[in-house]
Amino acid sequence: MAGQTLLSLEHLSAHYVSQQGTRVVRAVDDVTISLGAGETLGIVGESGSGKTTLALTMMRLLPPAARIVAGRMMFEGEDLLKKSDEEMRKVRGKRIAMILQDPMASLNPLFSIGNQVAEPIRVHEGAASRTAWQRAIQLLKSVRIASPDTRVSQFPHEMSGGMRQRIVGAIGISCEPRLLIADEPTTSLDLTIQAQYLNLLRDLQREHGLALIFITHNLGIVAKMCDQLAVMYAGRVVEQGPVSRIFNAPTHPYTKALLGSIPRMTDGGERLTAIDGQPPDLSNLPAGCAFAPRCPAVTTRCRVEAPPEFVTEPGRSARCWLAEPMALRSSAA
Amino acid sequence: MTAVLQANDLTKHFRARRGFFGGERGVVRAVDGISFAIDPGRTLGVVGESGCGKTTTAKLVLGLEEPSGGSILFAGRDLAGLDTAGRRDYRRSVQAVFQDPYASLNPRMRISAIIAEPLVTNETVEPVELKRRVSELLDLVGLPERSADLFPHEFSGGQRQRIAIARALVLSPRLVVLDEPVSALDVSIRAQILNLLRDLQDRLGLSYLFIAHDLAAVAHMSHEIVVMYLGKIVESGQAKTIARDAKHPYTKALFSAALPSHPDERHEEVPLSGEVPSPISPPSGCHFHPRCPHAMARCNREEPQLAEVEGRLVACHLFS
Repeated sequence: MAGQTLLSLEHLSAHYVSQQGTRVVRAVDDVTISLGAGETLGIVGESGSGKTTLALTMMRLLPPAARIVAGRMMFEGEDLLKKSDEEMRKVRGKRIAMILQDPMASLNPLFSIGNQVAEPIRVHEGAASRTAWQRAIQLLKSVRIASPDTRVSQFPHEMSGGMRQRIVGAIGISCEPRLLIADEPTTSLDLTIQAQYLNLLRDLQREHGLALIFITHNLGIVAKMCDQLAVMYAGRVVEQGPVSRIFNAPTHPYTKALLGSIPRMTDGGERLTAIDGQPPDLSNLPAGCAFAPRCPAVTTRCRVEAPPEFVTEPGRSARCWLAEPMALRSSAA
Repeated sequence: MTAVLQANDLTKHFRARRGFFGGERGVVRAVDGISFAIDPGRTLGVVGESGCGKTTTAKLVLGLEEPSGGSILFAGRDLAGLDTAGRRDYRRSVQAVFQDPYASLNPRMRISAIIAEPLVTNETVEPVELKRRVSELLDLVGLPERSADLFPHEFSGGQRQRIAIARALVLSPRLVVLDEPVSALDVSIRAQILNLLRDLQDRLGLSYLFIAHDLAAVAHMSHEIVVMYLGKIVESGQAKTIARDAKHPYTKALFSAALPSHPDERHEEVPLSGEVPSPISPPSGCHFHPRCPHAMARCNREEPQLAEVEGRLVACHLFS
């Protein structure tokens, strides 16, 4: 399924700076990720790990307090960071689309469903209202909304949560983007509705050759949906690679601990491996590796020197001194 | 062995007003004739999607709602027959931990006051004794003793949930209702809290009523599970039996919709069409029949009763 590289982030950093410029939060710090056309990438992390900032950086939708301070963001051969706001507006919603967590907040309660689904088609493709409306009906059908002809002229409050989220999905794919970023798309949905929605996204991906990025804290979604995984901790990607390789043999102690901490349906009720301590405060990171205070395998070196990203096998890397002996070459060099 | 808590044919109906002028009236059968029992030192897990009645069940058990029908027996005594003193005793014996530890702790109170509050309201305790109890509980939930003088904002989500647990335990209850106790917490913190709850159960012989969306967490924590759909129990039994081999088509679909814990576990899904219908006008017969892949002619006429099938109870015509 993997084709040529669609998106590649190179040493990307985005920081939040306080008004006086005294406090800097390194929400995204030196992130290097690449994604092929039609692939699915899961970005996993806890709250405050920088995963949502990373998603907003990719869309260039960061709030005013945030700056992209370094790096390149290559998408279809062009650096998105070099684009003007005007040019970026043509990419957003057309080439790259995004689905947010709360479908009620992403839909305008005052406009009909058809109006909102048709909007990107009118704006980006200059389609006439009537054509766009017809396309909206088609799109509702493709996200499996029953009786799309009547639903199209209804309003968001007339829909259930699962339907609203599917409508947001329809808006996302309306201009046939190459990349769809989904930020916690199913957190507000019930289990069976979540399963329906994830299957729908997978079908849409197959039909349209979409690349998908899932931003989530849920490793289950990654296990179900993704080919590639990037684990974030304190603004950095601490481990990345193919999903099955990481689940079977995680390198970074944080990934290991995360995988050990999820209860399984078939377990005998043994104790879970909990990770001690709390996620760190991004404005006040410890010297050295940010995970060191919670790491079961910590050494003195970890506390003073942050590990670079070690490439341990092609397409796989970890930011941990433990990975150094396995490293093919240091990508930081 | 008497069950700590036993619910018999428990029912709660809410009157619903439909329409702006309230012309038509409907009845929401939030909980519709359910029975279950929780034994000492055991955990009963309740699973189901939104609108299935699990939160109403928790409220009934906590005495926050009066049942419209049926009864709750606590240590063999019917709650409806209790006098004021008996009621008070019941409230002390049944405590709760809620989902959002940011909403459930008063930001203006010190941790010591938060934990001691149930004790102050219910008993006459000397200040010295109060202080001793608070530090004992902080120790029990794994927080440092100096936490007593701090305020909730000085704690993270996981620590706040520990404080909420300490408050629930201060009156030495026999049953604790856990309503989504880890859903609001970070993944790396969830395991800490689940382990803590397990340890406390072993040490203090507590019983839990555990309500959660996360099926794996429920299966992990519970001894028995009841699966609810639109106010009714569709399947109940040993947690392991149900997690490994569900019988009711809804339970099957629900567990197959749960996310895998490993990519190699990607399994076959039972596709469910549609969404949970409105509890104001539930479908006739078996409430699940419009979404059921095995629906038969009798399913929309006749309501199936719970009956024993291979060591658990199932309400489905497929097995009768």
